Amino acid sequence: MKNKEPLILVVVVAFTLLTYWLVEPYAHSVMHKHVESQNFAYADLAPFTKTGDAVNGKALVTGAAACTGCHSITKDGIPASVDAVSAAQTYGVNPPDLSNAGAIYDAKFLADLIKNPAHALKVEHKFDASKGQAHPMVAFYGAGGDIEQEVADMVAYIQKIAVKPSEVTPKMAYENACGRCHAVSYEKWTQIGEKPSFKFEKDSLAFDIKVLEYQDSLTKYMGKLPPDLSMYIRSRGEHYISTFMENPQAHLEGTAMPRVGVTADAAHKVIEYLEDAGDTKRHERESVGKMVLIYSVIFAILALLWKKQVWRDLH
Amino acid sequence: MAHFTKATSVKDWLNQRLAIEKVEKVMASEYWIPKNINFLWAMGMVLAITFALLLVSGIFLLMYYQPDVKDAFYSVNYTIMRDVDFGWLWRHVHGVAASVVFLIIYIHMFTGIYYGSYKKGREMIWVSGMLLFVTFSAEAFSGYMLPWGQMSYWAGMVITNIFSLGGLHLDGLVEWIRGDYVPAQAFLTRFFMLHVLLLPLAIMGLIGLHFAALRIPHVNNQDGEEIDFNAESKKYLAGDKAGSKVIRFANDFMSKDLMVVGVFLIFFFYLVFFNYGFALDPVNFDPADGLKTPAHIYPEWYFLWSYEILRPFSVNIGLIAFGFAQVIFVLLPWLDRSPNAVPASRRGAFSIWFWVLLIDMIVLTAMGKLPPEGMFSTIGLVAAILFIALWIALPFITKNEKKV
Repeated sequence: MKNKEPLILVVVVAFTLLTYWLVEPYAHSVMHKHVESQNFAYADLAPFTKTGDAVNGKALVTGAAACTGCHSITKDGIPASVDAVSAAQTYGVNPPDLSNAGAIYDAKFLADLIKNPAHALKVEHKFDASKGQAHPMVAFYGAGGDIEQEVADMVAYIQKIAVKPSEVTPKMAYENACGRCHAVSYEKWTQIGEKPSFKFEKDSLAFDIKVLEYQDSLTKYMGKLPPDLSMYIRSRGEHYISTFMENPQAHLEGTAMPRVGVTADAAHKVIEYLEDAGDTKRHERESVGKMVLIYSVIFAILALLWKKQVWRDLH
Repeated sequence: MAHFTKATSVKDWLNQRLAIEKVEKVMASEYWIPKNINFLWAMGMVLAITFALLLVSGIFLLMYYQPDVKDAFYSVNYTIMRDVDFGWLWRHVHGVAASVVFLIIYIHMFTGIYYGSYKKGREMIWVSGMLLFVTFSAEAFSGYMLPWGQMSYWAGMVITNIFSLGGLHLDGLVEWIRGDYVPAQAFLTRFFMLHVLLLPLAIMGLIGLHFAALRIPHVNNQDGEEIDFNAESKKYLAGDKAGSKVIRFANDFMSKDLMVVGVFLIFFFYLVFFNYGFALDPVNFDPADGLKTPAHIYPEWYFLWSYEILRPFSVNIGLIAFGFAQVIFVLLPWLDRSPNAVPASRRGAFSIWFWVLLIDMIVLTAMGKLPPEGMFSTIGLVAAILFIALWIALPFITKNEKKV
């Protein structure tokens, strides 16, 4: 009798793969909107052509543009005027420190942000100036000269004081771009900073209360408390997070989450931070996986040889 | 009392007390298996190995899991996935094995249907197998509750709601099952108990019954041949191994079992390390939130076909159809009226019935996951009606089957 096993194997594998394809790749492609990455090109923003003068930029940032009224630049010796909790009570969210903004955010984005925050952040549906809904960040209307040149100067200054883009760490990128709204409890990160270990519970509780107060302001500002992102790398995946960061409106039209304007590099760093939080053992998984598969293949070969030996007498 | 003599060896000592030689013969070396069987007959061993993987990985997970609505998600996703050395490995093995075990169960089940292995004295093998399917389903569902993610919570909500039985409005029964108005602490703790104690006990008992049911009728073979096991085993023991139609379970058949297990493990571990998303649903990596319903609620893939029999109808009819789908497989030995216990390929109309049923269940599985909109709900409805019609037609098409 001819051996039917290869045919049976083909039938079993074919039906298994068909079922898998239907319930996984196909069903998910129907259920979830697919958003293609634009590689963080921000094509909707005007190109950044002017060469800025950082010295003049500093004068503007600390002077006429009044950036430092709200933003600290600790690297250049400009501290925050109030703490994060009070800042959130005033602005809804703590305005970011600008020390490394130049390395994390796209220059085109920064330029647009200075001139028209609601536009750059893609939250004009929420902050419509004509309806009296002003964005908490006040737009820069120029200091008397060529506004494009002035903006370029300010961006040049922000970029000059920042670390080199290659020196941006995953933690730095996350804290700057995401961390003032999204906690990552698995990394002990709260919206007001990393929670230290306290010797006394009283101090630990006092810190928690500050976080809660900050979250109250944030909830009021955003409509709901932005989610903790600890497990987002597993629940949403890299592609979703990356394209959401690039343009939240493309995924969720009308969302209060602003476009954060990170560079492609900084976005990778953010993903890496989230992988460390929610998929901590991925490198171990890959290396152990390879070894286990090699072992499995050896086991299967030995089993096959044993079967051949046993069945030699049976045929 | 039996007569004991001074033992000549450890083996002899044990033999006098436990009859280990006889046990070995009965269970292994003189447990006769037909020779004309293909690799599909190794699915029993593959299932045993997968169950062992589930048991061992489950024991390790149990050491760190916290059955508390406040801590459960954290204990799974932080403690086990990050803190505990190789905790992630046990979780991945457990989650993937829970999914893959159903793939093998379905292959095992359809092998039985194809070769008529539920007929002529093999009815109890089929019935005990279907009871195992039901307990495995309950085990899978209860286990799915434990990480207390979004899908745990909402699947728990939807599935327990089924017990209100539609128009009967048995809301009191649903509350009794949940121990609360909604899935909460009482719900989690009782499903934890079911998952780690009661259901595994039931499964192990049923596995014993399943094996025992195999003893008297013997394993079926791929040609539907009636083998005289006594005569053939004598031939084997007399040395005519090649001429005998039977082989020993061990080592003859076991060597083939292990070969199939070897191939299976390559596939299994590939999934564990490199392609686990189908078994560890991303949605369940969001913590349970009773105020936020996920955009799509669907069961794991192995429940989709019966979910789709429930879904396309109005509530009451859907529940009746769902109930029908749950019990009808058990009745297969009595619904199949044909005198033949041979492969479907030699049974005319039954062969068509078999392949249509298989494809219909795959269609139901796909539609069970897709959103019930437009064309998908129409296809789902047709496939659900076809499923019911197939089972109603079975006694009629098999009654007229000619004896082969």
